[in-house]
Amino acid sequence: MSTARSCAILLGKELRLEFRTRELLSATIVFALVIVVLFSFAFDPTAAESRRYGPGLLWISFLFAGSLMLNPSFARERLNDTMDALRLAPISPFAILSAKMLANLIFMSLVEVVLVPVFSVLYNVSLAGVVLPLILVLILGTIGLTVTGTVFSAISSHARLRELLLPLLLLPILTPLLIAAVEATASLFVEQPELDRTWVALLAGFDIVFLTASWLLCDYLIEE
Amino acid sequence: MKARYAATILVAGLIFFAGYAALFIAPDERTMHLIQRIFYFHVPSWMAMFTALSVAFIANIAYLATHKPTWDSWGVSAVEVGVVCCTIGLATGPLWARPVWGIWWTWDARLTTTFILWLLYIAYLLLRGLLDDPEKKATLSAVFGIFAFLDAPLVYVSNRLWRTQHPQPVILGGSGSGLDPVIGKVLLLCVIAVMGVMILVLIDRYRLEQLRREFEELRMEYETLNLEPSSIGKERL
Amino acid sequence: MPATRSTSRSGVSFLGVSFAGIEKRFGSFFALRGISLQIHSGEFVALLGPNGAGKTTLLRTAALLAAPTRGKVQYTNSEHPGQPLDPSATKRQLGMVGHTTLLYDELTAAENLTLFGQLYGLDDVSARVTNALGTCGLGSRAVSLVRTFSRGMRQRLAIARALLHGPRVLLLDEPAAGLDRAGLTWFSATLENLRKDGCTVIMSTHARNESLELATRAIVLAAGTVQHDSGEQGDPRPLLAALRADA
Repeated sequence: MSTARSCAILLGKELRLEFRTRELLSATIVFALVIVVLFSFAFDPTAAESRRYGPGLLWISFLFAGSLMLNPSFARERLNDTMDALRLAPISPFAILSAKMLANLIFMSLVEVVLVPVFSVLYNVSLAGVVLPLILVLILGTIGLTVTGTVFSAISSHARLRELLLPLLLLPILTPLLIAAVEATASLFVEQPELDRTWVALLAGFDIVFLTASWLLCDYLIEE
Repeated sequence: MKARYAATILVAGLIFFAGYAALFIAPDERTMHLIQRIFYFHVPSWMAMFTALSVAFIANIAYLATHKPTWDSWGVSAVEVGVVCCTIGLATGPLWARPVWGIWWTWDARLTTTFILWLLYIAYLLLRGLLDDPEKKATLSAVFGIFAFLDAPLVYVSNRLWRTQHPQPVILGGSGSGLDPVIGKVLLLCVIAVMGVMILVLIDRYRLEQLRREFEELRMEYETLNLEPSSIGKERL
Repeated sequence: MPATRSTSRSGVSFLGVSFAGIEKRFGSFFALRGISLQIHSGEFVALLGPNGAGKTTLLRTAALLAAPTRGKVQYTNSEHPGQPLDPSATKRQLGMVGHTTLLYDELTAAENLTLFGQLYGLDDVSARVTNALGTCGLGSRAVSLVRTFSRGMRQRLAIARALLHGPRVLLLDEPAAGLDRAGLTWFSATLENLRKDGCTVIMSTHARNESLELATRAIVLAAGTVQHDSGEQGDPRPLLAALRADA
């Protein structure tokens, strides 16, 4: 069976598991909201200040929320050894990994769909006219976050203190992504918004490098 | 054994001579004076770090390709040595920056990259500590090591595009860079000396790791022999 | 599909497995210390031994879940003994019941079976699932979450999951654990049918288990090595009786 087909089947399973309870999604959204609200006490959310700090705040909250949300991705396969069941099946390891990446990409996008409008209202940042380029930046940034995050979730699921370990592994690696995403977003929040292509290219580069690396290394992540 | 002593004595001599040359032979720099001499150790430690981390990267790939435990030993040894060199670089940098730039730290591309690498490889060492099964430890830390190394150029490029104020390398800038040729020679000597120290420490650290592995095996072997078959511990670790 | 080599067009294949000098270490702990066994198609092997003897590890290497540190596990079709099967073709022919259920607690019984049916690329998934649930006595609970099941029901579903794709080699790790009396009866009958079909079965178990009547061969492991083997043509009953007397 093709990798794409088994990936689609497994993606269906991931979505079904999550949307049955929506536990992970709702907890992550609330967590991200808490960060956004708390930040408003750290600086004065006037329009000018928000334009300066807003992009950074937005991406920091995504990165923190993501590093918490990605944790159970592999860890919950340990219950009843369901990872063994998947590895017994005649499917490629990349199907298992990519299904989780796609599922996390969907979950993270949903978090952003809730968070961005709330942010725009709370911090007086007008999104009119920049929605499409903003979506592009969000998608590219979120791909990078979920690709590396899913791989590291597979790594940390075998470790002790895994909840603490995942952000520790993930956040430093995301430095280039954070810089590029923040700068690209900032180029959309100014008076005359114009998407900065350099940063978009860097985001795409980050995605390509780590997606390729995870494709090459996925056997070692899934094997025992 | 003889070769080891000889190498140690040679490197010790080199590093002493390098220290002497950096302090007394190298000419005084016009604007920075004495503080500029920190460069003779700052730059070599950075190069040693980069070499060590490259060794780690190669060892990580080789481990995944062969699953031979020796490559895992090389990997962890190189990362540890690299982190030490990185720490030296990070410590000597601000000592120089404070009098010259007037600040301890700046978020410049090279500094930031080094700092992020330092964090990443400390995370690598932490990860190893938190994985119990030796095979898992070797495989997963190798995967993480590869990711960390791939991240370095991205961190550098992103910071470079963002802002940078680190002095450009003028040492290798050819004849027009306005440097006394003695500076170049002393720096070369220091690079060789520091690299020598790094390689010696790396090899020793590798030996230690191998000994540790061997000891662990002998201990388990001994324990297995002294136990009833029924009490040999968990079937699946 | 690469499975054509293992499944002749008549639809039935006869698979044997050979373990050649299997060593498995977890770090410096030897779980298996050089196991060489030849198990032919249609054999029903009872794998016995104390806890920690290496039964689970041997089954996991057989299931290709754990790669041996040294040695080789190979599956061969008795019709083409010279050609070992590739891993993907092997996986299609393997069914495993593990220590744990290998089921998603937050999915229903039917969803669990459907998921694995699809992953094995079966074309008549829904019919097979309904049939499997009916046979194992969970037809009425098809749409209940596995989380709500009792221990015995979960174990029945775990067995049904392992048999869903019609495997020709069964690797069973204490499969009767947690089954109630009715479940045991069903399980024994299922095993008997599988044996009649010519399936190869390797089952780790305790000497007192009733399903042992079906065994054609008994292998006792101790400290990662084969301690006793009643042999391919041998009678496992004296060995089993001796073990039973011990226990």
